[in-house]
Amino acid sequence: MRADLDIIQEWIPAGSRVLDLGCGDGELLAWLRDNKQVHGYGLEIDPQKIARCIERGVNVIEQNLDKGLDNFGSDSFDVVVMTQALQAVARPDEVLRQMLRIGRECIITFPNFGHWRCRWYLARYGKMPVSEFLPYTWYNTPNIHFCTFRDFEALCREQNLRVLDRLAVDHEHRDSWLARLWPNLLGEIGIYRVSGPHLTDARVAV
Amino acid sequence: MPLVFPEDSVGLVTPKILRFDAPLSLACGRDLSDYELIYETYGELNAERSNAVLVCHALSGHHHAAGYHSPEDRKPGWWDSCIGPGKPIDTRRFFVVSLNNLGGCNGSTGPSSLNPATGKPYGADFPVVTVEDWVHSQARLADALGIERWAAVVGGSLGGMQALQWSISYPERVRHCVAIATAPKLSAQNIAFNEVARQAILSDPDFHDGNFRERGVVPKRGLMLARMVGHITYLSDDAMGQKFGRGLKSEKLNYDFHSVEFQVESYLRYQGEEFSGRFDANTYLLMTKALDYFDPAAAHDGDLAATLSSAQASFCVMSFTTDWRFSPARSREIVDALMAAGKNVSYLEIEAAQGHDAFLIPIPRYLQAFSSYMNRIEV
Repeated sequence: MRADLDIIQEWIPAGSRVLDLGCGDGELLAWLRDNKQVHGYGLEIDPQKIARCIERGVNVIEQNLDKGLDNFGSDSFDVVVMTQALQAVARPDEVLRQMLRIGRECIITFPNFGHWRCRWYLARYGKMPVSEFLPYTWYNTPNIHFCTFRDFEALCREQNLRVLDRLAVDHEHRDSWLARLWPNLLGEIGIYRVSGPHLTDARVAV
Repeated sequence: MPLVFPEDSVGLVTPKILRFDAPLSLACGRDLSDYELIYETYGELNAERSNAVLVCHALSGHHHAAGYHSPEDRKPGWWDSCIGPGKPIDTRRFFVVSLNNLGGCNGSTGPSSLNPATGKPYGADFPVVTVEDWVHSQARLADALGIERWAAVVGGSLGGMQALQWSISYPERVRHCVAIATAPKLSAQNIAFNEVARQAILSDPDFHDGNFRERGVVPKRGLMLARMVGHITYLSDDAMGQKFGRGLKSEKLNYDFHSVEFQVESYLRYQGEEFSGRFDANTYLLMTKALDYFDPAAAHDGDLAATLSSAQASFCVMSFTTDWRFSPARSREIVDALMAAGKNVSYLEIEAAQGHDAFLIPIPRYLQAFSSYMNRIEV
């Protein structure tokens, strides 16, 4: 399984109800179904990826996150997951608000634009960073809302969210003590577990 | 005229008729003392009887869903694009049952059949049947064929309503429900279109309160108008624009009301004409009523999630982007209710220009997704 998904699955309780926003080919949901008796639905808009979900027998719903999530009831899921899609939606703040409304807990992963390589690229060339991991140029990138860890955490504070767990990893999703020490400089991908202010039973890691 | 049938065709098929002698109680309060259902089957029922798929037809459909009745047939059955070896409903794996519903005019007991009580055609006296009634009659057909549980019940439009109703009325008898281009109930606009169609038939002087057969006439004009208005709603604006545009039949405008001038007029008249020659006016009235009445959530104060909560099936729901008669939003109502009820469901919104008719058309993404879903079903 994709390394970030392997990290995420540990944060998802067995037997829970999971909504995966931008579920891709359904790898996470299929694994959770087979190994943790999780009942889930994935939202996706890419026809090829939807086809893969159906082949896997994963519940997939063709729905665009940018058109809202009003069709989901409040507190209707235990966990709402969104991997590598926050930076690609039209209103990350709205999606985050909706996620917290729909689920008790949310797990979000996104690339950290504050990573030293991005900073160095911008400082050295004066151009928007292009890398193997983020291979697009500014005018054709689906990633329209890049942020840094600090930006994201500021948004969490603004929305009164609680960060329950946070992991800064490299692009192969390896954890390192350096990234732990200076996440915003040395972490390439952030993996966050957040909840609304009302959730009291969870442990707070950061 | 295919003398050799295509390799992915079920080939030559022969309809069968089953007679049911036990009375069937209908939603309207009346009983149908005995009746016949005409049906076709494709593929082989396996030893475990676990591979049966029921195909439910839409408003003007019938039992002949796939294959050919004779080598001279110009066209195969109405859903030949989806039923056959290697097609989404793969007859190498599945045993497919397709019937003509009660009230139909293609061989099952309906308004044009003889009423045993009077010895005359039922005509207007044929009871109004509902989607639920159909499902109960289909359950008896399943009993007769030794099918305890369908691997899948599949249908588009009014057929999709039957598939949904199956999952509600007989939860333990349906493993998968495939509901295509359908709705949990008709909107006011939809009922309005049906009412126009009915008025066209009812106001035809040849209708004779539904007893036109006794008088040896057919309300052809009314049926034709009904079909014309229906046909407009089955196509999208784009599809009509692409097919006909403002194209003319004649060289110049005639400045009168009788000439067929625009291509689209000619097409609609042809469709109406052809339809009025093969379809029964009373059946058309019945089918539109069955559509209008369908509202399974009404029994739960409009709560569709509560209605579907007893379903045991997994669901596949598909809609088409330009379908405005049964728009994607209507399919999403079904999907949202299924998710709220915690049911397994997948939903696809297929990009298609053809409007409601798209469910009959071999659109690559549609067929591929349909196949993928059906291939996952264990038999």
